[in-house]
Amino acid sequence: MLGRSGGLRLKSILPVLTVIGAILMIWVVAVVPMNMHLTADQAQRDGFAVTPDTPMARQDYSGLGLSLRNPSLVGLTYVQERPRLPSPHQVAVEMWKTIVMQRVTSKRSLVYHGWVTLSATLLGFAMGTTLGITLAVGIVYSRAMDMSVMPWAIASQTIPILALAPMIIVMLGAIGIHGLLPKSIISAYLSFFPVVVGMVKGLRSPDGMQLDLLRTYYASAAQGFWKLRLPASVPYLFASLKIGISASLVGAIVAELPTGARAGFGARMLVGDQYGQPLVTWAALFAAAITAAGLVGLFSLLERLTLRRMGMAGT
Amino acid sequence: MIDANDISLIFHTNDGPVHALKDVNLEISKGDFVSFIGPSGCGKTTFLRCIAGLEQPTAGELRVNGMTPDEARMARAYGYVFQAAGLYPWRTIGGNVKLPLEIMGFSKAEQAARVARVLELVDLTGFEKKFPWQLSGGMQQRASIARALAFDADILLMDEPFGALDEIVRDHLNEQLLQLWARTEKTIAFVTHSIPEAVYLSTKIVVMSPRPGRITDVIDSPLPKERPLDIRDSPEFIAIAHRVRDGLRAGHDDV
Repeated sequence: MLGRSGGLRLKSILPVLTVIGAILMIWVVAVVPMNMHLTADQAQRDGFAVTPDTPMARQDYSGLGLSLRNPSLVGLTYVQERPRLPSPHQVAVEMWKTIVMQRVTSKRSLVYHGWVTLSATLLGFAMGTTLGITLAVGIVYSRAMDMSVMPWAIASQTIPILALAPMIIVMLGAIGIHGLLPKSIISAYLSFFPVVVGMVKGLRSPDGMQLDLLRTYYASAAQGFWKLRLPASVPYLFASLKIGISASLVGAIVAELPTGARAGFGARMLVGDQYGQPLVTWAALFAAAITAAGLVGLFSLLERLTLRRMGMAGT
Repeated sequence: MIDANDISLIFHTNDGPVHALKDVNLEISKGDFVSFIGPSGCGKTTFLRCIAGLEQPTAGELRVNGMTPDEARMARAYGYVFQAAGLYPWRTIGGNVKLPLEIMGFSKAEQAARVARVLELVDLTGFEKKFPWQLSGGMQQRASIARALAFDADILLMDEPFGALDEIVRDHLNEQLLQLWARTEKTIAFVTHSIPEAVYLSTKIVVMSPRPGRITDVIDSPLPKERPLDIRDSPEFIAIAHRVRDGLRAGHDDV
């Protein structure tokens, strides 16, 4: 039994590792041409021979062309202080320094910034999920809401969040609301939608026969909701939650970008950009991606446990 | 028990009105096993749904236990078995059988006692804690019959309950259903499109034909109540089957 599940795990991990390996390869190869121009400039200042020998002349070459003419500089492209594209090991070292080597309360710790973003994400996700489920129940039970709410919900998602986020933050700031809540509202704005769509589908998933069965029992509408529609919607809910939680994280980060937030993944990305420290940006980017993967993984696990408990796993 | 007088039902569709039932007259007495047989579109399922109060006739009078079908439904006068078992996948077999009992507000102790009793009736004792996907199709349909029996209504309405099962399982379930009927003395209305099934099970066979849906023949079966499976080779059985087939053919010729 143990051996079998171990074998299964290896089988499911192998494709993932293959893809990661392929991405790393492309990345490592891409570092050379991406950084070659600035590496050549730096090398020339340090007294190395570079062909062609003026920055102007070098502009006529592509990154690849320049790399082919200066093979001796390839090694240096991987260790630039402010690379256009950092190498994987530079990002890894930066993450090690800011995640493991800092106290988690330090302003330089990515764990600290991660928690700032994560707390807004979780609050926004809770608000968005609650709103989404409430709207879905309304849509399923009220024809008027079905006709009126759904078009607005869809329209809300067509507005670029990047345009909307600063407005929400500025307006809430004007009435004295700062900090966690404005970011959470943007998270909620992005995460309620998949929950509405999934829950409407889930609550409507029982077929005519199952609804007729309840009519033959003369069951009340409330009994129909608690005993049939709600349990039937659980698999749909989890599919939505997994989309919703990653949308929430994106929302929280986007909310930190345009507003000069001093903490959070978004703030770190901005700081790295503005002060010419690409490693900071990249480390924050990866930390955010890992956080998102962790959150989605957590909900996948919850899904498996819940469905197994409900007897719907069918293994 | 069930009394239909000049029942008509017209569905209004995009292609114009469809006469699903026309002037249906029928009387079902307590303890009868009545089968409805006919080609698709003859209104047999529609008539069953009218008895259940799931469809409203557009004309005529229908009484179930002396009440209107809707009143009978509110009084929980019948159990309904659908074509598919329709068990909730998130409930165990016991939990599924308990569903109507929870809705109707039986006490916990009463629920447990009734679940045990009806599972025994359909020969599923010991499967109470299993989930539906762990059971075969035939067993699932038996569980759905137990669910319909759990609240002890006098009438059992069955809409092609064994239609999706293979012949061997179906024979077995037919035999079990007859035993169940003998033990519980329910009144059963049973929709089918299998002639042997109708003849084997019924005390009364209602032959129907389509366009408009109507009754073309009502046959009172002379077969004894005790029916082993090999009764199907007896001359009486074959004679009734013949008459049913003639009735079905006559209905077709009219069109």
